[in-house]
Amino acid sequence: MIEQRIDPPQPLVELTIDGTTVGVPVGRTVLDACRELGIDLPTLCYLETLTPVNVCRVCVVEVEGSRTLVPACSRRVEAGMVVATGSPRVEHSRRLVFELLASSVDLSLLDHTTVAWMEVSGVDVDRFDAPLATRSQSVKIQDDLYVRDYEKCILCYKCVQACGDEAQNTFAIALAGRGFTATISTEFDVALPDSACVYCGNCVGVCPTGALMGKVQFDLRAAGSWDESHQSVTTTICPFCGVGCNLEMRVQDGAIVDVTSPLDHSVTSGHLCIKGRFGWQHIST
Amino acid sequence: MDAVASDAERSAVDAAIGTMSDRRVGQVAHGGPRRAAGRRTHLLPALHALQDEAGWISPGGLTYVCDRLDVPPAEAFGVATFYSLIATEERPRQVAHVCDDIVCLGAGAGEVLASLDDDTEVHRSPCLGRCDQAPAVFVQNAGAANIVVAPADTGRVRLVLDPQPGTTPVTSAPMPVQAGDASTRLLRGVGTGPPASFDAYRARGGCSALERALRIGREAVLAEVDASGLRGRGGAAFPADVKWRAVAAATEATRYVICNADESEPGTFKDRVLLEHDPFAVIEALVIAGFAVAAAQGFIYLRGEYPEAERVLDAALTEARLAGMLGESVLRSGFAFDIELRRGAGAYVCGEETALFNSIEGLRGEPRQKPPFPTEAGLFGKPTLINNVETLANIPWILQEGGAAFAERGTEDSSGSKLFSVSGAVAVPGVYEVEFGATLGDVLDLAGGASDDLAAVLVGGAAGAFVGPDRRDIVMTFAGTRDAGIPLGSGAIVAFDASTDFTAVVARIAQFFADESCGQCVPCRVGTVRQVEALERLSSGADTTQTLGDLDVVLRDASICGLGQFASNAVQSALRLGLIGAGP
Repeated sequence: MIEQRIDPPQPLVELTIDGTTVGVPVGRTVLDACRELGIDLPTLCYLETLTPVNVCRVCVVEVEGSRTLVPACSRRVEAGMVVATGSPRVEHSRRLVFELLASSVDLSLLDHTTVAWMEVSGVDVDRFDAPLATRSQSVKIQDDLYVRDYEKCILCYKCVQACGDEAQNTFAIALAGRGFTATISTEFDVALPDSACVYCGNCVGVCPTGALMGKVQFDLRAAGSWDESHQSVTTTICPFCGVGCNLEMRVQDGAIVDVTSPLDHSVTSGHLCIKGRFGWQHIST
Repeated sequence: MDAVASDAERSAVDAAIGTMSDRRVGQVAHGGPRRAAGRRTHLLPALHALQDEAGWISPGGLTYVCDRLDVPPAEAFGVATFYSLIATEERPRQVAHVCDDIVCLGAGAGEVLASLDDDTEVHRSPCLGRCDQAPAVFVQNAGAANIVVAPADTGRVRLVLDPQPGTTPVTSAPMPVQAGDASTRLLRGVGTGPPASFDAYRARGGCSALERALRIGREAVLAEVDASGLRGRGGAAFPADVKWRAVAAATEATRYVICNADESEPGTFKDRVLLEHDPFAVIEALVIAGFAVAAAQGFIYLRGEYPEAERVLDAALTEARLAGMLGESVLRSGFAFDIELRRGAGAYVCGEETALFNSIEGLRGEPRQKPPFPTEAGLFGKPTLINNVETLANIPWILQEGGAAFAERGTEDSSGSKLFSVSGAVAVPGVYEVEFGATLGDVLDLAGGASDDLAAVLVGGAAGAFVGPDRRDIVMTFAGTRDAGIPLGSGAIVAFDASTDFTAVVARIAQFFADESCGQCVPCRVGTVRQVEALERLSSGADTTQTLGDLDVVLRDASICGLGQFASNAVQSALRLGLIGAGP
């Protein structure tokens, strides 16, 4: 029998978003309320399975009475709130935040939804004139399982959360440094095999920009042979133990090229262990 | 990581956080969020101990601290690298941090930098809060006391770096002109005796406010603060009683009170003067605050570049405990309260209240998104009352003379008096107290008058705004400055004469924000750097005013905290006044 958890009914909070009134349960966020109404907002550092850190600021909206814009991903709804998601102030900040990111890091592997948001926001990726400080740096390749290309890192904190107490409880990486040169790092930047890393790859699973990537995918891309039009995804259950994690195996030309787990899978919430995520080489040998 | 700490490093850490059986370790049973639980709150003190002992955080030292405190090494490294006074690469045991901020820049900082460069490790430093004796140098000394030299020249700095027998480098800060003046309220106790002597404090009427508070009870104390109309002096001007009442009414039993002594706004040094010369007034105020909101634990978070204030406060807190002003039963009233002194480590952003909480908790000093506000979820997730040093220094006066009498001073919206840190092109730089209602011209005159060729005044520090020499009429109250379109901020007033290179001053301000951004949110992390670059292009003739304007709006609207929200304030005001720009 499948156990279905039924939450007790929550009192509804009424707020107005873009002129429409909506009631959502207490404790929900403005982003939740927007989605309830079918109003979408761009997000980068937000992920359904992690605590919002509200750092990327692309989801900021205007709330009447607030001096500054507020991050929709973390701001809890309040009765009588009047929210605007497309006001000139919101559009300005959204565009500028994308432009600031584009001017400093490599956004070439962003997902299609975000790319579309950048287009409709009128983002000019070259709006800042050279010479510009960038986060340009070489890729960290320290093992055969995954690579870290921090030139693509937008410091969304998701990998740190997934490595830490929101998933793996390994704490191998953290934010280090400060300001523009802040980076994700092990202690003293030691190589991953010398750190606490257990190679669960859950950091890779949550990375929104391709800064963290399985080595197989990285090598295929480097060789110019990564081809999504020749890929299929097969959902299966991990055979290694009895937990029952769902796996999505991405296959190209008869070979597995990447493994993920669905975000909404009740067992994994998208997270896996080293075996599930990386332990499939034997299939093709 | 298998590096091992030296015996000296171990001893230093043990002395700072105690041995395992020591009662102090884990004594502060905070509860709160999981991550803050346990011993993590001792992380920054432990890192300070390593830094002070060895001059850097060695891999072995970090491993030892992490073992002792149950902190993952990557996270401890992340905390260590957050602070500019903590090194994670080996460096000389003596390092000179030469202030080249807006005031010292025009007072010979360049010469000091140039003359020290050869044989000393030199770092450029943001404002050291010694603008009244610019230029200033902070010497970080492993194995010995840190020391600030001001006014600094090569000879005086060398005397600290290489002490000669029989010589004492003179480093004491000058006393305010109004020190001990009975007509003032905040400065009347300054310079009246040995600052860390409880007996001297008692002899001049100290503790009478605390005695009255304990006698009249919590509600009556809160009523006095209500009646006073006191507003925060740290920069935000928030009504003090609203905070006090909110914490007092909290449903959670564990509450904290904090004195924010992380004074780092460039051009500001008023809190340093109070702490160095009248520490018991601040301690007394914090005890009263603790009593009023029913907190058992207080913290003073002092910026790391104030070694003299640290020595004075440390001694004063010890005396206060011996005298029963702190402890199990404050002045035998049955009210239990103690104060822990915490030292910052070089991070302007930690003056932001929620960043300060994270710093005390042993996390990186990254500001939190508000709401929730500190009165609801502050330090360790508990209701927290946090006030600036100067705000608290008003409390004894309010309790002695009554909130209503306090409110009679000053103006309707700005009650009481205000300290201004005046520096730059004035005859007598220093801290001045005026009753609210005085104009900018009055304050400049109090400092002996501004130079005849005054070109501009920066009000409110780096986060403040420039005004022209024709604006002596601005009334320096919360309403008056708001009407003039400038922030009163921390009360920093820096005067610049006609010889000033404003391009360099504004560039320094922009660089300050880029250097001090915690890096958490995109607008501030990248925007402050783009602002520096756009100013550079502006100075070489390109018209980047549109870019600077766009950055101003996104910084103001979308940054998490006040650092980013005000990082373009001074730049924009300088553009408006024509101090910089594609001029002639």
